[in-house]
Amino acid sequence: MTRAIDVHDLVKRYGTRTVVDRFSLAVEQGRICGFLGPNGSGKTTTLRMICGLLTPDGGGGTCLGYDLVRDREAIKRRTGYMTQRFGLYEDLTIRENLEFVGRVYELDRLKARVDQSLERLGLATRQRQLAGALSGGWKQRLALAACVLHEPELLLLDEPTAGVDPKARRAFWDEIHAYAADGITVLVSTHYMDEAERCHEIAYIAYGELMARGTAAKIVRSSGLFAFIATGPGADRLAARLRDAPGVSAAAAFGAALHVCGPDRGALEQAIAPFRTDPNIVWQEAEPTLEDIFIHLMGQAHDNAPGA
Amino acid sequence: MASGFLARLGAIIVKEVLQLRRDRLTFAMMFGVPIVQLLLFGYAIDADPHRLPTAVIAADQSQITRTVLSALANTGYMRFTHQPASEEEANRLLQQGEVQFVVTIPSDFTRRLIRGERAQILIDADATDPMAAANPLAAAGPAINQALGRDFVGPLAGLRHQADAVELVVQRRYNPEGKSRLNVVPGLLAVILTMTMVMMTALAVTRERERGTMENLLAMPVRPVEVMVGKIVPYIAIGSVQVAVILVVSRLLFDVAIEGSVALLSVGTALFITVNLAIGFTISTLTQNQLQAMQASFFMMLPSILLSGFMFPFRGMPTWAQWLGEALPATHFMRVVRGVMLKGAGFDDIATELAALLAMLLLVSILAVSRYRVTLD
Repeated sequence: MTRAIDVHDLVKRYGTRTVVDRFSLAVEQGRICGFLGPNGSGKTTTLRMICGLLTPDGGGGTCLGYDLVRDREAIKRRTGYMTQRFGLYEDLTIRENLEFVGRVYELDRLKARVDQSLERLGLATRQRQLAGALSGGWKQRLALAACVLHEPELLLLDEPTAGVDPKARRAFWDEIHAYAADGITVLVSTHYMDEAERCHEIAYIAYGELMARGTAAKIVRSSGLFAFIATGPGADRLAARLRDAPGVSAAAAFGAALHVCGPDRGALEQAIAPFRTDPNIVWQEAEPTLEDIFIHLMGQAHDNAPGA
Repeated sequence: MASGFLARLGAIIVKEVLQLRRDRLTFAMMFGVPIVQLLLFGYAIDADPHRLPTAVIAADQSQITRTVLSALANTGYMRFTHQPASEEEANRLLQQGEVQFVVTIPSDFTRRLIRGERAQILIDADATDPMAAANPLAAAGPAINQALGRDFVGPLAGLRHQADAVELVVQRRYNPEGKSRLNVVPGLLAVILTMTMVMMTALAVTRERERGTMENLLAMPVRPVEVMVGKIVPYIAIGSVQVAVILVVSRLLFDVAIEGSVALLSVGTALFITVNLAIGFTISTLTQNQLQAMQASFFMMLPSILLSGFMFPFRGMPTWAQWLGEALPATHFMRVVRGVMLKGAGFDDIATELAALLAMLLLVSILAVSRYRVTLD
């Protein structure tokens, strides 16, 4: 398998602040890699470095076999980058936007390609509407269609589904999988755990550093975390009391149930022991969720972060 | 409730002040720009210009002609800068705007004067700007006669009682009736183009940045020069339409015709429009948001009105202000338009102005392209 993205030791500083710190990532062709991490962890900066919008202050690597810094133009031609904020022109119609993008990439058979893209999007009947009139979900799908119009080999999507309803999100992800099936590599940043699970693999970044890497199952298996679920009347109310207890890295209520986890099984059991005496509440050991793991990793990274 | 009204009003005021304070550039411009303009225009503008460049053709050299010339110089309005050998050369100087006046003393001047015949002195004035020519011409006649009065001694004493021994023949060239609008209307072309062209492009890039479309544009394979030229070209068309409208209206309503070549005027105008657009584009790469871009355009516009020779005679300004004026494209275009429209100037007459505009275009374009970033760094 060839590597679509192969970057190592990327560093980006703004003034004295290091936003991305020796970040390395390899993604094989045709894979969907979920890019997760808390807000401000450097996801957008990393994506921008990979697609040539930012020059790294250190490190380097290749994207689709092209050098990150030297072959910026070649990378731009073969990559589709979807910005976090809607980047198309709201005062142009849907069709005009697609035609503009097509012309910038000097595409042949422009009309046919745009027609095909509109058909695939299901926006053929609304092509004369202004892009600004679309709902959030449709805007994102239009932005995606614009990204893939020039048939890129790599898609970089920056939180493409933020603020989009579940149905539109599902449609969006179905499309991403269809593109991956065509051999396109996708690096997509997201905050949604269900989306993380739809990725072939995950990269978790916190405070500019890569914290976890692999498939969702592998990350869960190798997390070293233990979790318990408590059910019963009033179980959810224990979250606030357990959250700061020693040995607990996360405690959260899910509906009426309580979810606690921690890296040390003994310490965790000790923490919940006082509440186990309540006969109404049933405690069960469970697999830690991705969310548990990420919240735990975030806490760890925070401890390592200089000056944090 | 009054107290509730005041509390909410206070909340809005505090918020506005906080936001205003955060936008440093805007804040600085609000205080800096008026001060700079006050000092600049206060010292620079003089509606009654002195020491205007004047060419002298003295075919008659005598004590009396020297008296006449020094009398003219002593009015303070004229400064003898050229001594053309022929009338043609003098006309060219006037046409190119090198001199404001040509004083011609005919070869028989002294002889006629001594004989008691009417002696004439010719003053050809560039009257495109009636304001600049009016006072010097008004002062010339009395000054000459007064000075000669002192010279008329001995055998010439008899001439002293002749009220006007010397007849001043004044030709107001290019604008014989001294109509201000002949001067103002072509100048407006420069002002209107500066106003619209600079501002429209100044907003072009900042708008992309504000709306968040810039990042998307940068991620696509477009080069800076493509973005720049692409954003400028539509406005060249708009500018051309503006020019056509202004010229037609000038002709129909103000009776201002084009004396010179329309093609030459078009070339000059196209160049000027492009310079302005390039300046606008540069402003938009230097400013953060549309508000700042607007302010910067205004900062550019006022000197273009006040220091370019549009509103006040260019030669009335102190030297430093004239140098500042020379740095403005509007100044050079003003000379091109007035030259071609009123004086019928040809290519040779305005070549230096066109060259200046071209140099500005190159300089500004280089700055714009170097300021425009392909990355977000």
